[in-house]
This record gives sequence, C-alpha cells and structure tokens, in this order.
Amino acid sequence: MNYKLLFTRSILLLQICLSVLYFSTTNSFAHQNTLEKVKSTGVLIWGFDAEGGAPYVFHDPKHPSKLVGFEVELVAAIARELGVKVQHFQNAWDSILLSLQRGDFDIALNGIEITPDKEPSVLFTRPYYVYAEQIVVRASDNRINRPEDLRGKKVGTLYNTVAKRMLEEMGEITVNIYSGQVEPFKDLSLSRIDAVFVDLPIASYYAKPNPQLRLVGKPAGEGYYGIAVRKEDTALAEELNKIIEKLLRTGELQKIYSRWGLWNTAQEKLFLHEEPLQKYTENLPSVSEKVSPSVTKFLPTLLKGALVTVGISILSMMLAVGLGLILAITRLYGNTWLQRISTAYIEIYRGTPLLIQLYILYYGLPNIGITLSAFAAAILGLGMNYAAYEAEIYRAGIQSIPKGQTEAALSLGMSKRLALKRIILPQALRITIPPMTNDFIALFKDSSLVSVIAMVELTKSYSILASASMNFFKLGIITALLYFGMSYPLSLYARKLEKKLRLYDRNP
Amino acid sequence: MIEIHNLSKQYDNQPLFKGLHLNIAKGSVVTLIGPSGSGKSTLLRCMNGLESFQEGHISVNGQKLYGIHEQNYNKAQVHLTLKNIRRKVGMVFQQFNLFPHMTVLHNIIESPTHVLGISQAEAESNAISLLQKVHLEEKAHSYPDQLSGGEQQRVAIARSLAMKPEAMLFDEPTSSLDPEMIEEVLAVIKDLVSEGMTTVIATHEMSFASDVSTDVVFLERGEILEHGSPKDIFYNPKNDRMRAFLSRFMK
Ligand SMILES: Nc1ncnc2c1ncn2[C@@H]1O[C@H](COP(=O)(O)OP(=O)(O)OP(=O)(O)O)[C@@H](O)[C@H]1O
Ligand SMILES: [Mg+2]
Repeated sequence: MNYKLLFTRSILLLQICLSVLYFSTTNSFAHQNTLEKVKSTGVLIWGFDAEGGAPYVFHDPKHPSKLVGFEVELVAAIARELGVKVQHFQNAWDSILLSLQRGDFDIALNGIEITPDKEPSVLFTRPYYVYAEQIVVRASDNRINRPEDLRGKKVGTLYNTVAKRMLEEMGEITVNIYSGQVEPFKDLSLSRIDAVFVDLPIASYYAKPNPQLRLVGKPAGEGYYGIAVRKEDTALAEELNKIIEKLLRTGELQKIYSRWGLWNTAQEKLFLHEEPLQKYTENLPSVSEKVSPSVTKFLPTLLKGALVTVGISILSMMLAVGLGLILAITRLYGNTWLQRISTAYIEIYRGTPLLIQLYILYYGLPNIGITLSAFAAAILGLGMNYAAYEAEIYRAGIQSIPKGQTEAALSLGMSKRLALKRIILPQALRITIPPMTNDFIALFKDSSLVSVIAMVELTKSYSILASASMNFFKLGIITALLYFGMSYPLSLYARKLEKKLRLYDRNP
Repeated sequence: MIEIHNLSKQYDNQPLFKGLHLNIAKGSVVTLIGPSGSGKSTLLRCMNGLESFQEGHISVNGQKLYGIHEQNYNKAQVHLTLKNIRRKVGMVFQQFNLFPHMTVLHNIIESPTHVLGISQAEAESNAISLLQKVHLEEKAHSYPDQLSGGEQQRVAIARSLAMKPEAMLFDEPTSSLDPEMIEEVLAVIKDLVSEGMTTVIATHEMSFASDVSTDVVFLERGEILEHGSPKDIFYNPKNDRMRAFLSRFMK
C-alpha cells in the first residue's frame, strides 16, 4: 500500500472539511442588527427544543400538533410587545447556543441557565425565571432527605445543567446524564437510579402528579433562566430587558407562571435584578471556574468514554458472533419451527432500526417487568442486532463450502453434527473472518447510538463536553480522531486478513 | 456382501432405476461401466446412503437400508443403519474431497479418532503405515493443496482405509487426473484388490477394468444391460449397445 499517497489524500480531505466548516460558521455575520431585522420582517425566530419537554415548551398531549408551555406564552407576550409574529425553530437542546451563534434563529429561550461559562459565546438578557434544583426520590425510599444524602448514590440529571455540575462537584455520586426530561423519572421509578436532581419546574411538573415519586428537601442552588442572543445583539437584548420588566410590573409574567404552578416567592427576586450579568451568577454555589479551552483538560473524559465504547463494542460483538452462529445453524439445519424462528429473527432485526430496538429494550421492556441496566441494554441491543447480520455471514460461509466436503465426511462415518463441527465450520469460519472484522468496525461506530439510553460512551462524552464548553469543533475533531485511530488499524487488519486468506486457502 | 434388491429411484419424477438387482459377493471386484448419465455414481451413492431411493432395499453386511416408500422404512432407524454401513464401506470420490484445512495426517486420523475413538497415537501410527502403502509417507505434514491430483487421490484412499472398511466404493477415481497420474492411483487400487478387498468401481478405464475385475456391470439409463466376467463382456459382448459403447473405448 502506498501510505504516502494515502496520507496526503487524508490531509487534503481534512482541509476541505475544515474550509467547509469555516464558511458555514461565517454566515452569522450576515445579520448586522437582529433587532432591526426582526422589526422590518415582522418575525421573531425563536429557538427551542420541544423534546426537552414540559413545562417549558412541549407538544400538547391532547393536540400533538400544538406547542404549549410557560415559555410559549412568555414568547408570545414578548412578540406582542415587539409587534411581531413568532416563528418556531426546533433545535436540539444540546446545541441550541451553537445554532444561535450560527444565525439559525434570533433568540434562544428554553430554560437556559445563566452561567459564566456561556458568557464568552452569547449575551443574556435579565432573568425571566428564578429556578432552584430539586431532589426527587421514590415515594417508598427514605434514605435521601438532603443533598448530602446523595453521596454514594446513583443520581439522574440533565445534560449541561447547573444540577449536573453541582452533582459532579459534590463528588462520590454516580451521575447518570439524560437528554430528555421524561427518562430520568422513568428510570427512577424503575429503581435504575436512586434519585433525580433537576430544576424545580421540571421536578414539579413530572414528579408531583406521580404517586410513586416524592420531592424531598429544600430546593438548592438558586439560579436564573435568561434569554440568549448573539453577542453583538446588544440592542435586541436591551429591548428584551425592557419587555421583561414591563411584563413583571404589569403582573402578566406572574399570571403565566401561576397558570403553570411555577410562581413562588423566589420569583420576587426577578424585580431586584437589573444589574449586569455577573451579579446573577456569582452566588451560584457550584459553577466551576471558566472552562479552559485547553484540550488536555478534556482528554481524560474523552478517553474514559473511548474505553466504554471499546468495552461495549467488544462485548456486544462477542454476543453477536455467538448468537449469530446459533441463528445460522438453526436456520440451515434446524427443524421447520427452529428455521422459521431464526429466519423471522434475522428479518425483523435487519428490517428495523437499531435505535428503536434500543428504546424498546431499555424503556419498553420494563412495561412487562424486565428492567435492564443501561449497560446490559446497550450490549444486548447492539449484540442482538448485529447477530442477525453475522448469522447471514455465517450462512453464506457455510453454503460456500462444496457439498463434497460433507459427503466425504459422512462417508467416513461421521455424523452430520460432527461433520459440521469438524469439517464445515472450521472452513466456513475462516471465510467469515474478514466480513466480520468489517462488521466489528461498523458496530464500533454504531455503538454511539447507545447514548440514547443514558450510556456515557465516547460520542456522549463528546456532546456533553462540547455543549458545556461550546467547543464543538476542536472536540469534534479530537473525538473523530479517537474513533478513527481505533477503527483504522482494524480495517487495515481486515484487509490484510482478506488478502492472506485468499493467498493461502489453508491454515498457516 | 452387498445385495441390491429391486432398487427404484427417481429424480423429480424422472425415473432412473426401475427395479434393479445386483449382488456383490465378498472379495469380488465389480466395475460399473456405461455412458455418462447412466447412473453409475448414483448407484454407488445409494450403497452408502449418500443418496436415498424410493423402493427396494440395499443390504450391506446384513444391514438393510430400505427405500423411503417401503413399509419397512423407519426414519429413526435409518441413522443407525447408515452409521453401521458407512463404518464398513469406504468411498473415494472423483474430486478427492480432502479436507483442505487439515494436513494429510490429520485428514487420515480425523475419523478414526473422532468416530471410532481410537487414540491419537495409534491412529497416527496406522496413518503412517497407510501412507507408506500409498507411497506418500513424506507428505504426512503437507496440506492437500500442496499435493498433485494423483497424490491427493492416494491420500483419499488411505483416509478411507483408515476406517478399516470391509468394502470400498470408487466413483471414477481417475477421471479428474492428468494422464501421467492415472497409473499411480490405479496401482494402489490394484494392490488393494489383490489383498482381497471387496471393491466396486465406476470407471471409464476399460483395460484396468478388464484387468482387475471379477465382475463387470454395464449400465445404461439406469438399467443393467449386461453383467458378467471381464472376458465375456469385453471379448464377447452380446448386447448391441454394449458393443457400440466398447467400440468407442477399444480402438
Ligand atoms: N441431484 C440430481 N438431481 C436430478 N437428477 C440427477 C441428480 N443427480 C443425478 N441425476 C441424474 O441421474 C442420472 C444419472 O446420473 P449419474 O451421475 O449417476 O450418472 P453417471 O453414470 O455417474 O454419469 P458420469 O459418467 O457422467 O459420472 C443422470 O441423468 C443425471 O442427470
Ligand atoms: Mg458419475
């Protein structure tokens, strides 16, 4: 192989990628003044994530096409004051500030906590809500009453939140990070975790109506939600500040919050805060010092994620290879019923998305009394999915062995089973090694999908770090390099194996 | 030793054998000759159960294999009968069918150790003496693809002999060999025959057939048209088609 050529080509490719990225980020400079643009077009584009859930912005369960939530009402009031219409922009919460910077929408308003680490990238208005962090436990569980009791427990929280950092700083806590708001409460009722620690609005909306769950202790770590705008949009921020103040004074804000059961005495503090941003954040008990952009700081977390990725990949591949063999053999040699079952298994697993299979395993099975840990669900989900593909590789391998081999074995007095074990499989397995190595590489990359079931592997570690530090680019390159560094040697090995097996059609 | 009684076989409604009878006495050497597609291979394969048949029965050493439409046919018992027959009857194929992932030695000891339960050491020493018999002792540790066709076929014969069979079936053992290798294989078979092994050979080697066989069977379209001593068949054929067939070979 010509490594030099390969190397120069890779560099070229990287350069192309970089320049594409560069040009796509520069379009935020296109708007000189967002306030003017909003007024002239008569439209305020609002970025949020409806998947984040209630009571902020969510799809009305009774009319799923309609968005409801206290923030929907708040934005409607703001737009009315501005004399414009609201245009919705659905965006994944993890990357909401990034999309704001890119210029996808004018304001980001979606339970975004005002914290100093976001300061370099966006501008915040004065707060529109005072939140605090709340502990939720199972109603039957008396062990946890204060934040200190969380030590040594498994606690669920949301991605890139103050609650998450508070938990991490308390130490000795196993933190399970979720991107949706429903899942942590689900896992809590299933005893997969011991407590949930989240912003009070979320806790009261999801846990209060659920008799299985209970809010304990006083809300801790008061903080503020603000509207984020682009750094250069000072005029828009000032205009929004005026509107928030007006809504406060007229009592409209209180009315909206009360409707959602969110008004409490803490909200009185909203009137006091007209000071610059620092004032809102300096009392935060738990925000870490400004995240340094130095790569070395992220590396240990990413490497830990990589280790989890490798572990999951290896274990699930082992399952896939073992189960796949059983499926292939029952499909080829089993009685009619076994053949039907394994054929159905293979077709169903190959014909449905892995993501759905993972959701069913992790969140669906508990409905029939089977509660798997995230790790077990990840291994089972990936392994059972890939088993279907490996089964077909085995089948092709077995069928490629000439019939004469079986006949020779049978004529020597071997039983069918022995002939399969000693003569057919050893030959078939060697044929299957290269395609299976390739499948392992594919599985290795597919393992990033298990992040949806609260597994923190490499991709999840990346998105947690990136959304916390806003450093999507540099971290993205590092993460991609980590994946590549692990999969490339494997694919070289697969190619070498393939060549070797083609050259010598026998044991070395 | 092998009795074929009223054998009927068809392939997807295409009848091949229609009530065929053949007795193969212990120690006899039977050559099956006939045009391509006449059923030589199929007949051999029926004898050790690689091919099933519809009617009649084949008895090998007293073990009876029934056609699947016979009322004596018993699915549960077929396994056992086949096992007993195959341990007593070896078979050598046109394509050798050596196991490519094993050395010559392993090819030979595989079945004795795993089927008969003979110890590795004993099986190996048997294998070495069999390799000496086929003049290939120096190839014990080679892989099949390192051997010539003639050598592979001799290993295949040694492999079958390792099971200590009482009869051997050969299906055109020299048909896929280059001419210069045919003799070395035939020589091995001749040795075997001279030791008294009951042998059935499908072949197109007429002079060899006339040389070694006690019985020659001429098959055409699944029917035995002539059955007799080589002298009768080759020098005094009664059947016209037999004569026509021979004239193509004996020029
Ligand atoms: N698996 C099969 N399915 C259908 N027909 C078959 C099958 N095997 C053999 N036959 C048919 O049975 C007949 C006898 O075939 P067989 O191979 O026994 O002949 P043969 O005498 O060995 O011929 P050759 O000298 O070419 O080896 C042929 O007409 C062939 O087409
Ligand atoms: Mg044939």
